[in-house]
Amino acid sequence: MDLIRITDVQKTYKTGTVALYDVDLTIAKGEFVFVIGASGSGKSTLIKMLYREEKPDKGSIMIGGINVAKLKNRKVYILRRKLGIVFQDFKLLPKLTVYENVAFAMEVFNYDKRKIYNRVMEVLELVGLKGKARMYPDQLAGGEQQRVVIARAIVNNPKLLICDEPTGNLDPDTSMGIMKVLDDINKMGTTIIMTTHNRDIVNAMKKRVVVIHEGKIVKDYERGKYYEVV
Amino acid sequence: MKLFRSINRYFRDAGKSVIRNFSLSLASISCITITLIVVAISIVLSYNVEEMTRHVSSNISIVVFLNGDTTDEQVKQIKTNIENLDNIASVTYKSKQEYAKETKDMDPRFALIVDNWTDETNPLLDSYEVKVKDIDMIGETAEKIKKFDNISSVNYGKEYIESVITIFGVIEKVCIGGVIALVLVTAFLIANTIKLAIFSRKTEIEIMRLVGASNLAIKIPFIIEGSFIGLIGSIIPIILMCYGYKSLYDFLGGELFSSSLGKLVAPYPFILYGSGLLLVIGLLVGMFGSYRAVRKYLKI
Repeated sequence: MDLIRITDVQKTYKTGTVALYDVDLTIAKGEFVFVIGASGSGKSTLIKMLYREEKPDKGSIMIGGINVAKLKNRKVYILRRKLGIVFQDFKLLPKLTVYENVAFAMEVFNYDKRKIYNRVMEVLELVGLKGKARMYPDQLAGGEQQRVVIARAIVNNPKLLICDEPTGNLDPDTSMGIMKVLDDINKMGTTIIMTTHNRDIVNAMKKRVVVIHEGKIVKDYERGKYYEVV
Repeated sequence: MKLFRSINRYFRDAGKSVIRNFSLSLASISCITITLIVVAISIVLSYNVEEMTRHVSSNISIVVFLNGDTTDEQVKQIKTNIENLDNIASVTYKSKQEYAKETKDMDPRFALIVDNWTDETNPLLDSYEVKVKDIDMIGETAEKIKKFDNISSVNYGKEYIESVITIFGVIEKVCIGGVIALVLVTAFLIANTIKLAIFSRKTEIEIMRLVGASNLAIKIPFIIEGSFIGLIGSIIPIILMCYGYKSLYDFLGGELFSSSLGKLVAPYPFILYGSGLLLVIGLLVGMFGSYRAVRKYLKI
């Protein structure tokens, strides 16, 4: 079954730059997809459209039955509750502890305290940070901070995890650690779509690879490697 | 249960962020405090001027002297005629005998003369004292009364009254205008201060949106926080209003310059209303400021 179906999407920025055109992409439930391409190729725009940070000018984006392209600003939260998002720059709240940062995403649903506590500790254990729940983000190393972000993204059991260059700021060893966590999450059934520049990761993971070049999807490999692309 | 939990959380979060962002909260709070003090002073001024106007106005009346040969029937008729006019608050009859008695009481030497008067030889005139509702229209009302039959003369201290009315009118308008302008300036100033405070929390709002908080769920804690700030900011102005006005009142003995110009407004219940007004202004302005500031970051 398809989780994401992007049909004939086009996006032009106000400056006149064409970010994307003629984009068609289908991603099935449970897949792990890399989106790669040079800077300015349009991959970030594509990712941002998936969580409705950008709107396409044309075409439709269906995610789990929601037409994201036509979603009103007021209703964006309905989509966001079905997604987990991981950013290159983490976007953690510096004044909240690790535990509070993760619990933050659950409080939106007004669960009771016990349920929040149990689930947050469960995901912190999954990403290997159970012992650091009371620390603040700036007391953690980069890789650990990214694990907190992943924990926050998956705490509500999203169907889709969107990762925008999650290893962009991390060293190779730490990056592989993060990929291991993501792979585990994927094996539990969560669909993952991830943009990256890191060829070692793509080569090591042997997952589906979608290549974007100058605003258009140019290649789509079932079990891709980076060198085939560039 | 879920609703209760979320309301509980909104208040807890709002309280937490006032403390977590203490320096910015303090900036907003002191901004509200300072402006509310100025608003409090204006409220005290305008209320007192209004009170003085009312005091002076209530002591102003038209004195209508009747002709000496007016019959009892005609005296009653004149009263009805006057009462039928617009703008009449009360009409009080005062006979020439009462005037004679008043004169006699003033000085024993007057008594020697007055005692010789009989009802027929009494040279004074019967009169009506007419109080009006709208002091601005007193001239026109006097003119209308003058046209009735059997009226000897109509007096109301024209020039004195007209100048008093003009001066108080101007003072009152300036004060009310001042209060309105101040409230608007305060609202704008506080909206900006809070906007600045919230700007530093752009990321927080962004993350709240990213993890799926609805726009309403994001706004509510900020609005509650704004009202907390407004509440805290109005504490000092309220204390100043309560104690300050009471001591001023006691110090001046309850009147300004002389009792003829007017009494100050009694501290109770005035300071209670005034404090209530300050509280409401602080609260609304804080809420409105936060609402406007946070709304800006929800348009993506």
